[in-house]
Amino acid sequence: MIADHLFFAGINTLLAWSVYVVLLSGSLSFAQGAFMALGCYCAGVLTVKLGWPLLPATLVAGVFSAVIAFLVGYPTVKLKGIYFILVTLGVTVCVRVLLENFKFIGGVGGFGGMHGADVYAVAATLGGVGGLLYLFSLGSWQRICDAVREDELVAASMGINVVMVKLLTIATGAFIAGLAGSLYGHYMNFVRPENFDVLLSIYVVLYVVLGGVNNMWGSLLGAFVMTLLPEYFRILAEWRPTVFGLSILLILLLRPQGILQFRTLTVKKRGALGS
Amino acid sequence: MTPPHEKHLMRIEHLSKDFGGISAINDLSLDVNAGELLGIIGPNGAGKTALINTITGFYQASSGQIHFEQQDITHLSIHDIAMLGIGRTFQNIRLFKRLSVLENVLVARKSFFRHPFQWFNRQSSPRQQMDAALACLSILNLSEKINQSAASLSYGDARRLEIARALAGEPKMLLLDEPAAGMNEFETQQLIEDIQIIRSQVSCVILIEHDMNLIRALSTRVVAMDFGSKLCEGTAQEVLSHPEVLSAYLGDEEEDVD
Repeated sequence: MIADHLFFAGINTLLAWSVYVVLLSGSLSFAQGAFMALGCYCAGVLTVKLGWPLLPATLVAGVFSAVIAFLVGYPTVKLKGIYFILVTLGVTVCVRVLLENFKFIGGVGGFGGMHGADVYAVAATLGGVGGLLYLFSLGSWQRICDAVREDELVAASMGINVVMVKLLTIATGAFIAGLAGSLYGHYMNFVRPENFDVLLSIYVVLYVVLGGVNNMWGSLLGAFVMTLLPEYFRILAEWRPTVFGLSILLILLLRPQGILQFRTLTVKKRGALGS
Repeated sequence: MTPPHEKHLMRIEHLSKDFGGISAINDLSLDVNAGELLGIIGPNGAGKTALINTITGFYQASSGQIHFEQQDITHLSIHDIAMLGIGRTFQNIRLFKRLSVLENVLVARKSFFRHPFQWFNRQSSPRQQMDAALACLSILNLSEKINQSAASLSYGDARRLEIARALAGEPKMLLLDEPAAGMNEFETQQLIEDIQIIRSQVSCVILIEHDMNLIRALSTRVVAMDFGSKLCEGTAQEVLSHPEVLSAYLGDEEEDVD
């Protein structure tokens, strides 16, 4: 049971990080569930139909999600705020409908036969992705994203290719979501398109908002707390959406920046490490 | 730095910019030479800021061409133009408010984009980037404040930080859009000294300003604009006593333009 809970907390953390990475350049994405689905099905086809081992299938699934995200992002990345959010919601719905209508991956009935992922695989992925994100936060990449998020036009006038920075963060986010999708599918053994409902994408964004958007640890905390809390307060099971909604209201009222508000490192240290 | 024999750093030919029938810039031709400090004056709405925005790619020109160092930059994107060596500041200060003063300047260090994998490149080690950024900040007397957040700066310091940030990109040409706006006399005096130091760092400065003291003290050449076109050009003395300039600013009364 505990392994189960930790597994889902890990998957949710990966998804929360995938939202966090896109948010770094200032875009809020409600499409991470869709990219998770793409990763899940892609890896599933590779292992079940083509007999690949899990590790390369997972990596290819991540790349596949990233490429799709890049292609979808290219025409939409110039949209601002609410318009971009609407597109990402649309992507989530589209992907689900598409998956439901491809017969060779099971359609509405679902797709099964994947196996092999366990809580250690998630822990390793979590460590790898987390380590890379941490390194990223030390270097000048982080500062470039900060600049793009603060003021796109001014960032461009410093020579920053804003569209490319945003596309890179969107693709990186989709890559992480794709990894999470592959692991999820191979743990569950059987998935259906409805597992990747719009609601999933919305929940994931909430993990990030609750935990704090200023640093990567907020996403980790938000995902773990919001995954584990309902599991250990079984009495609340039926009240889960209510408790969830209430805690969001409370946190947004009391700590509007999220639970963890600090910036990852002090300015001095970052300045010395980055270029 | 541009060698002295290449006289025209930038050449603007028959440039126009319309906004749905209203023309902000109207058939403007202008040469900008290396080594000069070009002052651009004109009443509000004369098209001065529109000119800067069109040069830097914020606006797309409706017609005409802009050449920078013999290269056509009319239709390049903002970041490509910046990478060619045109830096700018903004009329309404636009700092990255949630970053520190130092980070604001470090963002502008472009070598990162040329060498994204900097740890393989000894020419742009983090240490050197840092030193270059600190040097820009010390030129503008901001060394004491590098770890403050940009939002906490006083108005004059914020203006100076914007200039330091533009300078950190090592531009060949620096466009200053009303740097003295809202400054008191003492701050303006300090700004004049700062800009004189900056001139040794860049090949050419274009200064848009309403403060005629600044224009008189600094510019080697002045262009007056009205209704999107060039009214006249010459030394500060010539332009400021030109009858058309006087009438553009003051109606037809003869008064000191100050």
